[in-house]
Amino acid sequence: MNWHSLIFIIVYILLAPFIGGLLDGMDRKISARMQRRVGPPLLQPFYDVAKLLKKQNIAVATSQTFLLLTYFVLMVVTGAMFFGGSDLLMCFFVMSTSAIFLYFAGVVTSSPYSTIGAQRELIQMMAYEPAVLLTCVGFYLAAGTFNVNEIASHDISYIAYLPGFFLSFVFILTIKMRKSPFDTSTSHHMHQELVKGLTTEMGARNLAIFQITEWYENVFLMGVIGLFIINSNPWSILATVLVILAVYFLEILIDNTSARMKWQKMLQLSWIITLFASGMNLIILMIRK
Amino acid sequence: MGVVPFLILFPMVMACIMFCIKSVKVRNALALCGAGVIIAAVAYFVGLWIARGAGVLTLYVETEMTDHIILAAEILLMCFVIYITFKHHRGWISLFSIVPTVLIAYFDLAGPKMVAGPHIYIDHLSVLMCMIIGLIGSMIIVYATGYMVGYHEHHTQLENRSPFFFALLFLFLGAMFGFVLSENLLWIDFFWEITSVCSFLLITYTKEDLAYTNAFRALWMNLLGGTFLAFGILYYGMIEGKMGMHDLVSSGVGGELVATLPVLFIAFAALTKAAQMPFSTWLLGAMIAPTPSSALLHSATMVKAGIYILFRLSPAMHGTTTGSMVAVVGGFTFIITSFMAIAQSDAKKVLALSTVSNLGLMTACAGMGTSQTIWAGVFLMVFHAISKSLLFQSVGATENVLHSRDIENMHGLLYIVPRLAAFQFIGIAGMFLAPFGMLISKWSALKASVDERDILMVIFICFGSATTSFYWSKWMGKIISASHLRETTYKDITKKSEFTSLMVHGILMIALCVLFPLLSQVYVMPLLGEMFADPKDVLPSYILYTLVFIILIVFLVPFLAYRYSKKTATNFKLSYMNGVNSGDNRKFYDYMGEEKTLWMSNYYFFRLVGIRKLMIPSQVFAAAVVVVMMCIIVGGVIL
Repeated sequence: MNWHSLIFIIVYILLAPFIGGLLDGMDRKISARMQRRVGPPLLQPFYDVAKLLKKQNIAVATSQTFLLLTYFVLMVVTGAMFFGGSDLLMCFFVMSTSAIFLYFAGVVTSSPYSTIGAQRELIQMMAYEPAVLLTCVGFYLAAGTFNVNEIASHDISYIAYLPGFFLSFVFILTIKMRKSPFDTSTSHHMHQELVKGLTTEMGARNLAIFQITEWYENVFLMGVIGLFIINSNPWSILATVLVILAVYFLEILIDNTSARMKWQKMLQLSWIITLFASGMNLIILMIRK
Repeated sequence: MGVVPFLILFPMVMACIMFCIKSVKVRNALALCGAGVIIAAVAYFVGLWIARGAGVLTLYVETEMTDHIILAAEILLMCFVIYITFKHHRGWISLFSIVPTVLIAYFDLAGPKMVAGPHIYIDHLSVLMCMIIGLIGSMIIVYATGYMVGYHEHHTQLENRSPFFFALLFLFLGAMFGFVLSENLLWIDFFWEITSVCSFLLITYTKEDLAYTNAFRALWMNLLGGTFLAFGILYYGMIEGKMGMHDLVSSGVGGELVATLPVLFIAFAALTKAAQMPFSTWLLGAMIAPTPSSALLHSATMVKAGIYILFRLSPAMHGTTTGSMVAVVGGFTFIITSFMAIAQSDAKKVLALSTVSNLGLMTACAGMGTSQTIWAGVFLMVFHAISKSLLFQSVGATENVLHSRDIENMHGLLYIVPRLAAFQFIGIAGMFLAPFGMLISKWSALKASVDERDILMVIFICFGSATTSFYWSKWMGKIISASHLRETTYKDITKKSEFTSLMVHGILMIALCVLFPLLSQVYVMPLLGEMFADPKDVLPSYILYTLVFIILIVFLVPFLAYRYSKKTATNFKLSYMNGVNSGDNRKFYDYMGEEKTLWMSNYYFFRLVGIRKLMIPSQVFAAAVVVVMMCIIVGGVIL
């Protein structure tokens, strides 16, 4: 580890919640406009979280806070490892461990809605994990290393080699970000069949922890999207930011134009797309390299 | 090295003693002593081996007398198999014992003279196996002393055959030591047959009809493997006039045609022993036996025998059609059984399927046969042995408490029997979570299969690890969920001996997790050095640092978070139930205004991925792969 990656880590840890929160605010604003509403101010997510943090701690089960905190820290570690330029596959392994702590935080209450949401979250994990691992494999095949630093400093953007992987990663991003049509574990809106699913029993500070973790997570995921684009040319940073924003906009668009799918359909779709898009790309890469 | 025959013979002597003692107390005390002696002997053996330079040691070139004894014992074994199969109207199975034994006897007495070679071979791999067998096997015996008492308190309808049971456990350990230390292929075959028959007898323990059905299935599958093993050995002996495992491997590495068929047949035999598709059903059926025997069969010994042989052969399999066959069968077994495990709510069945699944991954590693994959395979083996044994034992102890081993019944186990639940939790975490070794082995296996450009393996591993984490996490979630309202209260009746064994396993698990980078440098790299000409350093140093870091984080964070959250004042509320709570999180009012108890259940998808749906098609597929590829290889050699 050198000072260079240390700075990146510190910047990530300090700035990620702000970037994540802003993206979230943008999300709400754009969604509102798509629905012909005015929508909340851009900084509304920050006001929400600030208020949640000030509230008295309310919980159903004692250990939920501890599980959520672990989820939070491990997610921050995931992002820090990624932006620090460590091993990509390791990042995703830590991410899946952290996601399992979120599952624990959901089921530990034994509350019906929360449990259903958590179990669906587990199915969502099963749906996106192959694509995530295959993405790592794709980078490894194209770059000859799992190391994020080395991948990022290549001459040509890796999307040129990995279009199929990019496609399936963007697809599972919707699942990972729990956006409609794959918001089976936590619905966006109240009064649906699963209430707020996974987050039903998270109140006050716990919900704030969950929210902030989600921001960290989104920044990390967008970072992975960026890894497809970035190369050794400084101008590629601009392209990276543009692509990230475009992908984020695409997620919002999908979110607002589709109705929730059943998990069976989700699993089927995501696996088929992973197999075909990533699989084809994999075969071509293996033959070429 | 007089300790080598001691390791093999002492457990066998103990077996006879166990069989004769009827008093529970005396027998348990002796069993504990026996387990202690075995551990001490293994420690002494390892110490001696290190003192001699921790390299390759070959022993016992002249063993004519022992050879005759072994032949006699083998014929006795055959007679026993004939007797037992005809007694239960399954005489055809005895063919798989008669054919190889007669052939071997003929070969031994009238066959060509063999080039003299060592009969015992000690290197890093066999010492590692000895450590696993000695430590875990002995711990299972310690556990069994307590467990069998509880077992018969719970299953009063069964005849108490504990003396027989302990005798078998010891006999098994002796045979396993012999198996991993032998260099002579005929000796390997002999110990192989003993373990097959032992496992058969262990499965029949309850003497129920189903037990016999399952036991005979295990017997014929294992003996079929043994038959192929004998074919391979004799073929090689006839043509080359040698009987050394390493002679065979080195001629395989040299690309000599003569090694192709023996390697193929022995690898096939190993597939049956390691319960790979299409032979997975015997291991699932073996679950019917009492828990210590399942632990012994599944985690530490029996199934590892198949993996051990595959590891030995792996340099010779690298890049050959045999290697591809083994890798495809292993990878396929890995993914398909992890699907089946999703649909199981019986804890022991989940463990069985996950054993088969992990063995599949190890088999695939051996089939690819590079230093990287063997590195991954060795770690998979070590971690799997410990965490599976831990899991079996804690599930067994839990079953004695709850009188059920259904995972659905383990809802809130953490609040009912906290100690056992904690051990289960550690065991499961060891199977798939970062930073435990299984995960890093998967990392390495994935990397190696990309390096080998093996598309099928890459897909198998990526999808298989998704399903694997699914079935493990949902089990973990069950354990920690807030408890259902239960009518009965349960008492933790885990005996001291069971607890001791669990504790040792738990400590080993965590110690290995912390020490594992060291283990890789000090032990596994030299192991690979003995097997491969130029082993690659598998773990880059930055991964090593990352690992240490993750280990710290994953152990420290939950601890600190727990400390912190305990201090914060929390206002407890009822969970959300649309306002029909009845004042307790575990009950609610139904539409008639009556109070109902809340039961939460997991997803199982049994219609989608149940054994009934998947087993036969996947067996057919795997069998087709094996048959076709074997035909191709055999045809290629003969024609």
